[in-house]
Amino acid sequence: MRRTGRIGRIGRIGRIGRAGRYLTLLLVLVVMLGPIVWQFLTSLRGRTENVYDGMLPAQPTLDNYVRVAESFPLLQYTGNTLIVAALAVTSNLLFAAMGGYALSRPGWKGRKAVFTVLVATLMFPFESVMISMFLTIRGMGLVDTLIGVWLPGAVSVLNIMIMRAAFLAVPRELEEAAVLDGAGEWARFTRVFLPAAKGSLAVVCITSFMGAWDDFLWPLLVLTDSEHYTLQLGLKSLAGATTVNDQRLIAAGAMAALLPMMLLFFALQRFFFKGVGEGAVKL
Amino acid sequence: MVALFSLWPFVNTVILSFTDARILQGGRFVGFDNYTRAFADPDFWTAACNSVLYLAVVVPALVLLPLALAVLVQKEVPGIGFFRSAFYTPVIASAVVVGLIWQWVLRSDGLVNTVFRRLDLISQPVPFLTDSTLLLFSAMLVTVWKGLGYYMVFYLAALGNVPASLYEAAALDGAGPVRRFFSITVPQVKPMMLLVGTLSAISALRVFTEVYILGGEGGGPGGGARTLPFLIRQVGLGFAGETGYAAAISLLLFLLTLVFSLLGRRLSKGDEE
Repeated sequence: MRRTGRIGRIGRIGRIGRAGRYLTLLLVLVVMLGPIVWQFLTSLRGRTENVYDGMLPAQPTLDNYVRVAESFPLLQYTGNTLIVAALAVTSNLLFAAMGGYALSRPGWKGRKAVFTVLVATLMFPFESVMISMFLTIRGMGLVDTLIGVWLPGAVSVLNIMIMRAAFLAVPRELEEAAVLDGAGEWARFTRVFLPAAKGSLAVVCITSFMGAWDDFLWPLLVLTDSEHYTLQLGLKSLAGATTVNDQRLIAAGAMAALLPMMLLFFALQRFFFKGVGEGAVKL
Repeated sequence: MVALFSLWPFVNTVILSFTDARILQGGRFVGFDNYTRAFADPDFWTAACNSVLYLAVVVPALVLLPLALAVLVQKEVPGIGFFRSAFYTPVIASAVVVGLIWQWVLRSDGLVNTVFRRLDLISQPVPFLTDSTLLLFSAMLVTVWKGLGYYMVFYLAALGNVPASLYEAAALDGAGPVRRFFSITVPQVKPMMLLVGTLSAISALRVFTEVYILGGEGGGPGGGARTLPFLIRQVGLGFAGETGYAAAISLLLFLLTLVFSLLGRRLSKGDEE
């Protein structure tokens, strides 16, 4: 009797615990997603509708998105951003994988020194070198070009470290088996190490894409002609323009920038959380 | 590549900081003039204090709250993937988008003020974005909100590495969830807490976009909410851009960052011994 009673009690506590967990999860969800959802709803409100009347828009409309697309070259800004992001993802994958591989292999002189210097550069906040960086880019004649926006972020040290950690985690046996099979250095790199570090490659892919997509301060320094603006700069002009004091429009612009990213992330979410577990942050 | 875009700009910054260079012309060597000027400049002190205050508020919040969040979403229960991704969404949203969303929440005719007014809690709108101090705190709120998901992922990775046997042993010893959290989870993720502390400290010193979007180009009334990167950009660019002076402030920002990074390192070293 006593035994079943105990089990029953634990069961009940478990159920209450689970309900409490979901309740807390929902509460946090409201804090985290609430402002975004509200902004999304605002973006759907009609022109005559009061922004604060009720939760749901009375006459949902995509009109605001059309108006944003008409008054701001949103597609062009997005295109510019995508060019920079594509360059950044490609160069980061390439250089971080190669750099990380080199740093994870023993047996060459100066490896420790290079590693130390790289880790040290992690401590420079970009903002403390951006003026000098700007002068460098200007010296190369790249001011107001998308190449100039991309170049400083072509390979991030953090990504090299992420790849290094992933390659270090590859089991020795796997590598030895490949050597026995007669695989050369390059074959081992492409056939053994790269596939084994897929999760981390996905993390590098996502973080470098997001870095390029997100960046604001640096493009703000480099780009002057509004034709070359990246999406974030374009959005700023949306908020700053005194002519557009319409929250519905700003909301539509913000959502147009956010929704594609959200879709991409929710699609890749599985790889992302797995890649993180693989050792992305075991620096 | 790394040398060109990490080392050279740094060396160049050091050199520049000892000159009176302007944006369109090289400068002469002026010794420590830029530094003495910075220490006498009230704008510099406002920005430096803002940056340090930012750090003092944001870092503890970003060390503790994401850990709680990670513990909350750690367990594989139905639908947890959705919650994890949802909590991560503010990280995906760019700082500009996040700024736009919160600008609208906090404006004098924004969501919070409207709700407060309808509830008759206030007669005057709360100047979240037009008072320097409140603007700074609003920006902190935005930074924390955006950072929660980011550091949650760090903690998730760390929690994944805690051996399950530790929890089983503690459960057998009759330790409740709270006990288990403080006697197992916290010590096990302590290195990660230090890492998160260091990273969030560095990024707190880098804050620019939040203040810029919420408070506008000037950095709040009289520039009262300007952070150090904000000041660097304002001083260093434009037609009258004083590159040399901006470089000196940059170097001071770097030193500040270095101090906090080393502090984090020292703490984690002391922990290992």
